[in-house]
Amino acid sequence: MENLNGYLIVSAILFSIGTIGVLTRKNAIVIFMCVELMLNAVNLTFVALSRHLGNLDGQVFVFFVMTVAAAEAAVGLALMIAFYNNRETIDVTDMNSLKW
Amino acid sequence: MDTMILGLPMIYYVAMITKVLVAFIFVLLTVAYATYAERKIIGHMQVRLGPMRTGWHGLLQPIADGVKLFFKEEIIPSSSSRFAFIIAPLIALIPAFITFAVIPFGGVMEVAGYKIPLQIAGYYDTVAGRIFDVNVGMLYILAMSSLGVYGIVLAGWSSNSKYSLLGGLRASAQMISYELSAGLAVVSVFMLSGTLSLHEIVMQQSAFNGMNWYIFKQPLAFFLFFVCSLAEINRTPFDLPEAESELVSGFCTEYSSMKYAMFFMAEYANMVTVCALSATLFLGGWQGPFADTFTILGPLYFIAKLYFLMFVCIWIRATLPRYRYDQLMYLGWKVLLPVSLLNIVVTGLVGYFISH
Amino acid sequence: METLFFLIVSIVAIASAVMVIACRNPINSALSLILTFFCLATYYVMLDAPFLAAVQVMVYAGAIMVLIVFTIMLLNIRIDATRRHSHMIFFGSIVGFATLFNTVYIVMKSRAATPATTVNVEALKAGHTELIGREMFTNFLLPFEITSILLLVAIVGAVVIAKKKI
Repeated sequence: MENLNGYLIVSAILFSIGTIGVLTRKNAIVIFMCVELMLNAVNLTFVALSRHLGNLDGQVFVFFVMTVAAAEAAVGLALMIAFYNNRETIDVTDMNSLKW
Repeated sequence: MDTMILGLPMIYYVAMITKVLVAFIFVLLTVAYATYAERKIIGHMQVRLGPMRTGWHGLLQPIADGVKLFFKEEIIPSSSSRFAFIIAPLIALIPAFITFAVIPFGGVMEVAGYKIPLQIAGYYDTVAGRIFDVNVGMLYILAMSSLGVYGIVLAGWSSNSKYSLLGGLRASAQMISYELSAGLAVVSVFMLSGTLSLHEIVMQQSAFNGMNWYIFKQPLAFFLFFVCSLAEINRTPFDLPEAESELVSGFCTEYSSMKYAMFFMAEYANMVTVCALSATLFLGGWQGPFADTFTILGPLYFIAKLYFLMFVCIWIRATLPRYRYDQLMYLGWKVLLPVSLLNIVVTGLVGYFISH
Repeated sequence: METLFFLIVSIVAIASAVMVIACRNPINSALSLILTFFCLATYYVMLDAPFLAAVQVMVYAGAIMVLIVFTIMLLNIRIDATRRHSHMIFFGSIVGFATLFNTVYIVMKSRAATPATTVNVEALKAGHTELIGREMFTNFLLPFEITSILLLVAIVGAVVIAKKKI
């Protein structure tokens, strides 16, 4: 119970690491993984606060976040495969044309 | 005896360590002798003798094999991803063993006035007077079994060889597809039991000396679960990832020595786990005649059911040829998945009409 | 004891999260990320949410990460697939640390840590899965149904995008 701050701070650290990763990496799949990390950091906050407040809304919301993450993974990775088939790379700096 | 550590008596920890050791050694021995049993049974089914040289009727064969693999030279391919190559066998082996933690293998044993449930992740609450175990036990098993795929995928990728990569790709696609059907097949059991805790599921099957087993209420679910589990652990007729005649030996082509032995052990440990789980969910677990009065009978019934199912696995291997890859995917996605969904719907409808 | 455990898990979680963005090889990043997800599952168990912990391992580690590892394998991206593996490190770090300080400041200043009103922890522990299911099929029924449509859209979209000829 009294450890709520600890959970929130760990979550904040994970979120920041994810942010740095998204901004600095060039490999699209690694960027994607960093987005997942950020989503997970938010999930931790939800669960910690749900436990703290004693109701289950936060946990149900985490469930929905996971669903969205799964949908995102399917579509995002399909996009990457489609891009790789055309350009033979998944470097984000090469994604510079609207049409090929 | 009355010393308390973290709010639990000393004997709790002693019992816990004993349970873990006994279960672990049991699984290890079963794994070792499953290889022997497989060779011997298939041998006799094909009118051969099987291993005969080491010990009486080849009984020391697993030990000889282990010693041989242990003393072989360890080869790491020069162009492999070293870290992933080394860690892959461990990732394959560990989930196979830790799944056993939530499977109940007996009733409540009383030692020095303290009641110990024969399930690793469970304890007897004297105040509430009942056993508490992991109340998401089945989800835990599904989660752990979904991790086994990493070992194979990483092994296939990191070896940097065609055969390994093909084996790894096949394995991951196959395991993901069949895991889905296996998960949906057990959902219909949950709909009847109303709980995810394996202890509760076993207790609900206790009435009428076996007539209340879920295999009689859900025969289709048992069939689906067993077939999908066979596919998930890459047993024949679904052993495409290591099809000897096409891919040399699939994902473990480049492995040698102890690392190869680890994959081998993981495969058989997975078989033990899947059979134990099928016995728990559908065949009443450790329940049987007089199991409540004589505690020692519980583990014996459990072992008997486990070994029977393992015999069925070996029997299937001796009987059926391997599937073609497109047939495998067709079976998984277009036959087993719709049938397991239909099973859930039918179970729900029947349950609704019975309760109203 | 619990604090010590919390600290150990935190160190592992943060170290593996750093490894995710520091590794050059995407496979190693993926492995580190799986470790982070495990640490989060451990947190969920400590926060009396065993159902979510199991789902976390099953969905994230068992499905999403398998998909990612599968894609990395399929595209077979080795270290040399990208010329430089990172850019804008300075700017990115500034934004990251600004986010961190901002969040930590808000957490420290807020009254979130003051104990809430009566919390029925025992009820939360008892039938956890059942409670979540009840909540999801009564109060959150509409979002739940919309989620299923979202998943359907994602399936169709993924097939349409990734397949060359339909």
